[in-house]
Amino acid sequence: MTQVMTLALDFLFGPFVDFAFMRQALVACLALSLGSGPVGVFLILRRMSLVGDAMSHAVLPGAAIGFVIAGLSLVAMGIGGLIAGLLVALLSGLISRYTALREDASFAAFYLMSLALGVLIVSTHGSNVDLIHVLFGTILAVDRTALVAIATVTSLTLLCFAVIYRPLVMECFDPGFMRAAGRWGGICHGVFLVMLVANLVTGFQALGTLMSVGLMMLPAAAAKFWARDVWSLMLTAAAIAFTSAYCGLLISYHAGIASGPAIILVAGGAYVLSLLFGRADSLRSRYLRSSHLTA
Amino acid sequence: MVAEPVYAATTVPLATGLITFDNLTIGYDRHPAVHHLSGSFRPGSLTAIAGPNGAGKTTLLKTVTGLLRPLDGEVRLNAISRRDIAYLPQQAEIDRGFPISVGDAVAMGHWRQIGAFGGVTGALMRQARLALNAVGLQGFDSRPVGSLSVGQFQRMLFARLLLQEAKLIILDEPFAAIDAKTTNDLLGLILRWHGEGRTVIAVLHDLEQIRTCFPETLLLAREPVGWGPTAEILTPDNLCKARAMIEAWSEEAERCRR
Repeated sequence: MTQVMTLALDFLFGPFVDFAFMRQALVACLALSLGSGPVGVFLILRRMSLVGDAMSHAVLPGAAIGFVIAGLSLVAMGIGGLIAGLLVALLSGLISRYTALREDASFAAFYLMSLALGVLIVSTHGSNVDLIHVLFGTILAVDRTALVAIATVTSLTLLCFAVIYRPLVMECFDPGFMRAAGRWGGICHGVFLVMLVANLVTGFQALGTLMSVGLMMLPAAAAKFWARDVWSLMLTAAAIAFTSAYCGLLISYHAGIASGPAIILVAGGAYVLSLLFGRADSLRSRYLRSSHLTA
Repeated sequence: MVAEPVYAATTVPLATGLITFDNLTIGYDRHPAVHHLSGSFRPGSLTAIAGPNGAGKTTLLKTVTGLLRPLDGEVRLNAISRRDIAYLPQQAEIDRGFPISVGDAVAMGHWRQIGAFGGVTGALMRQARLALNAVGLQGFDSRPVGSLSVGQFQRMLFARLLLQEAKLIILDEPFAAIDAKTTNDLLGLILRWHGEGRTVIAVLHDLEQIRTCFPETLLLAREPVGWGPTAEILTPDNLCKARAMIEAWSEEAERCRR
């Protein structure tokens, strides 16, 4: 019996006890989950799910330029990505405000140009292996500087959420009311976009530009089937994101597969399970009727 | 004595109105929805805006609240700012399935007092509960807004308006798709606001309702047909004129030279 216990403990925690890079990866994932989960919840509440996807592609040329200048450094690539992402967000916002083109269409136009430019830069200046690194990330190579950068962004994200929580929630619920109440609506939208880009950028060292949005959207979408308040949605999303990251790392270690896709696939599994068995509005609650109440 | 134009509020000189329209033309993309409107809303007045679909009623309200810029002429606000206006749009861009409780949504009517950071004190919470009672939603505090019916949702929005304590309240078709009982309750609130000296402007289609509850009426049909005491404005003659309104929108429309 004790032998089974030891085996189980070794299976679940061994990799993190034995290897520093696994520990750092786990801490990085914890930080990423705390930031990305709540951001994802607001992306869904604001009906901006696909904007998150577009932004994750839009940061590529900035990251690529950072990569060309400083090599595989999260800080240089992060700053580049941040600038590229904010530029695309700003331009799309301006275009949709001053022309008839809707925001989703102008986002799509810019992120496609941005993505093509990014792939072009990386492919002319680096090897294919580098391109793979940028696109798919390597969480197992997160170093101390990267860890500090990720933790900083997460802390700032949570602080920002604390500061703009009320106006942000109201802006999602009733934008017209906030417009009449003053400037907060616009401020929230701006701050939120910056938070989105910053979290995507920190996510891509770990998961790659293509998949960092996965740790935002999948846990947030899964949380919708469990929680019914904004704060509990945020908490649930962060918890699901971290659990997925932990399981993903474990699977990637034991099965010897890439960590990024493993994490996102586990998050996908969590989403499917929530969809089927969740407490709120899931397929189970829809098709398995429990007896109704009196009022 | 100079005869005032028919569409000016006859009781007050233009300068003392709470909101004054000066040869106002409003619309979208140079095409006017309402032409050459002049007149004013007296402080404390209770006015209904009536007219056929497409008459420019909503456009006028959006211009007053500052969501639209006039094409020509101007809107003057006297002794109030845009922040003193509470506006209930016809199709609010509200996310009706949003995970927020009725109590929290209503408490945001206190926004002018609490802003983004102020705490919702016990007294403010009590006021919110009283407002919910006033609209007949007692005990709904902790229900999610998604569980409300259309009529209950409208009652909730009225409760939020109650807390806003606005000097000017603008309602765009507040009773569309609302049953008679709810309509009566909410009309009672409108009369209460009128009694408290607030200025209320409401777009309505039910002429009986306007005749019984609204002392003043602005009849609009892309141009002002009449503006003044309801009995003098809602005459068969005026209503006929309003109905005959042309919904003209032409790509090649010439410049208006009036």
